[in-house]
Amino acid sequence: MAITLTESAARHVQNFIAKRGKGVGLRIGVRTSGCSGMAYKLEFADEVGGDDLQFASHGVTVLVDQKSLPYVDGMELDYTREGLNEGFKFNNPNVKNQCGCGESFGV
Amino acid sequence: MALLQISEPGLSTLPHQHRLAVGIDLGTTNSLVATVRNGISVVLNNESGGTILPSVVRYLADGSVVVGEAAQAMQNEDAANTIVSVKRFMGRGLKDVGEINRLPYRFVGAPSSSVTPGGLPGGMVQIRTVAGVKSPVEVSAEILRVLRNSAEAALGGELVGAVITVPAYFDDAQRQATKDAARLAGLNVLRLLNEPTAAAIAYGLDNAAEGVYAVYDLGGGTFDISILRLSRGVFEVLSTNGDSALGGDDFDQRIHCWLLEKNHLSALGPRDTRLLLTHARAAKEQLTDHVETHITAMLSTGEVIDNVLTRSEFHAMSQNLVQRTLQPLRRALRDAKLDVADIKGVVMVGGATRMPQIKHAVKEFFGQMPLTNLDPDKVVALGAAIQANLLAGNRSGDDDWLLLDVIPLSLGIETMGGLVEKIIPRNSTIPTARAQEFTTFKDGQTAMSIHVVQGERELVSDCRSLAKFELRGIPAMVAGAARIRVTLQVDADGLLNVSAREMSNGVEAAITVKPSYGLSDAEITRMLQDSSQHAQDDMQARALREQQTEAEQLLEAVQHALEQDGDLLDQAGRARIETQMAALRHTLQLADHLAIKRAITALNDATVSFAQARMDKSVASVLAGKNISELEAK
Repeated sequence: MAITLTESAARHVQNFIAKRGKGVGLRIGVRTSGCSGMAYKLEFADEVGGDDLQFASHGVTVLVDQKSLPYVDGMELDYTREGLNEGFKFNNPNVKNQCGCGESFGV
Repeated sequence: MALLQISEPGLSTLPHQHRLAVGIDLGTTNSLVATVRNGISVVLNNESGGTILPSVVRYLADGSVVVGEAAQAMQNEDAANTIVSVKRFMGRGLKDVGEINRLPYRFVGAPSSSVTPGGLPGGMVQIRTVAGVKSPVEVSAEILRVLRNSAEAALGGELVGAVITVPAYFDDAQRQATKDAARLAGLNVLRLLNEPTAAAIAYGLDNAAEGVYAVYDLGGGTFDISILRLSRGVFEVLSTNGDSALGGDDFDQRIHCWLLEKNHLSALGPRDTRLLLTHARAAKEQLTDHVETHITAMLSTGEVIDNVLTRSEFHAMSQNLVQRTLQPLRRALRDAKLDVADIKGVVMVGGATRMPQIKHAVKEFFGQMPLTNLDPDKVVALGAAIQANLLAGNRSGDDDWLLLDVIPLSLGIETMGGLVEKIIPRNSTIPTARAQEFTTFKDGQTAMSIHVVQGERELVSDCRSLAKFELRGIPAMVAGAARIRVTLQVDADGLLNVSAREMSNGVEAAITVKPSYGLSDAEITRMLQDSSQHAQDDMQARALREQQTEAEQLLEAVQHALEQDGDLLDQAGRARIETQMAALRHTLQLADHLAIKRAITALNDATVSFAQARMDKSVASVLAGKNISELEAK
């Protein structure tokens, strides 16, 4: 059971949290919605919830709630640049199919 | 796959529903676009890799348009078709543009019959180019279009809207022209924001202590000073002043003149002048971090220039320029009826404020260090992006009240039949208070339930319920006699106070709610869309409910009368009324307000003589046992 960040992703997350001035880590989760059934949640975390699991990757605390974990277990979060755009990318081994844009997915 | 950004806790967007919003600094010399990503305001790169887009638009004979650096490069070669500083013409008529003869453009006044966006008498000035006559609105739209395209490319989606900054002194025509330009560029304007306010927001002063702040903005060609008062998270512009012909370029000019003197040069050709100005500018920038700089250049004549300029020499030659900014400062303070000691903080805007002698002069003047840790070229765009992010609904829960300066959806009260009576219409600015009188529905009613709702729909069930409370202790009176005054008041913090007061005995009840609580912009948008889509349904529904309510009221009144004075009716008369009552009750099941209305009329007709008889009886009972003189004494 684990969720990992690439070095680049971790560096960006640390940088964003530092500039934001608060936050205990990064919250990753899923919820049901979107054209392929599930959608990712990627948020700053201000506190650790009761049913949160914690992972550490390159110095970043990653929080995942119990219910989301099966959908994202083994996932790697990367930070990439595509043309002018840049942002986080999920490399999720659990995904069976995803919508064209990849914002929602099925397992 | 799509690239995701980190949201504030609980604010992850749904797939395909990213609320991408940007802040745009549409400047006289340069324009920038910024957005909030991963919680931080950043200026976005454009296609050429830079962040700053020169506000220059060049029209070509084939109808194509070049914006930015490529247009700027042709400024001298194709002056008549290359429009710089178009912001000076926004919303201005021909007679407002004073320096017409000194500018290389072919100006035309708009035909007076044409409807101009700014509604100016005589129309906004226009410029004849090789691609046709262009208005300043169209020229600005070209700049905005480029910014919009690079923002959409950088964010990977369509923008929901933009906050565009304008000088604090812009009047309605200039603001309207700016809005029109944005619309023409396909941008949804979330708000026009004053430039000094944007700078203050970028520094987070909207979260700082209340007080008065000064914004010192020395751009490439203009100087603006604004005095702002922050109270309850809202900035108010107290005064503005400035010099529209003073900027960083004048400092370059001073170094240029010094170079001419040092090297005993007389008037140079345009190419050499540009060359020396470029070197002068570089030297000025060098002297921000170094105490001296070398200027070396070779003129077209082959003559080589090699000079050393020290910081103190530069300061000495530019001293009167620095001093010229202080006079508008004093005037702005005087206009605001304030003293230097009243200023809580000073914000620096514009690349020219990087010069140490400017910082020093401002520090001396105000007796405090100005805020300079943000890039002064970007600070306005950064602040606009923060505001855009808030307005687009990507805010965290604890600071949403700060910018709630209008009521996004109407506030009202539920009335009989589940209908909404709107008391404060949407888009009312806050603080505001409105009151309306209501009455009782039944005889002897002593309590009233007040249900506060928000939304644009006619039925309570389609609006959002905010609060419910009861007013008790209403004196027993016949239906419709009590007068209950309901007051809705929204204060500057966006808090809604609802109070209900019975006017005869003064009993009162009140409640406080936060009207924006939990309503996201997406919900607000949906509610607004619903209200226009369902306008027809709503009208039908309202008509139906109104008739149903009236029917119920009538049935109750007739029933009550039959119980009390049924003996006044003969068998046939009573049967006639009861038949009509049954008919009316039947129509209540049908969703047809016209049928109900007909049945109400029928029942009313059937009860005319009964009502007459009751009236006679009650008059008789009042008169019974009294003589004429007693009656006349009343």
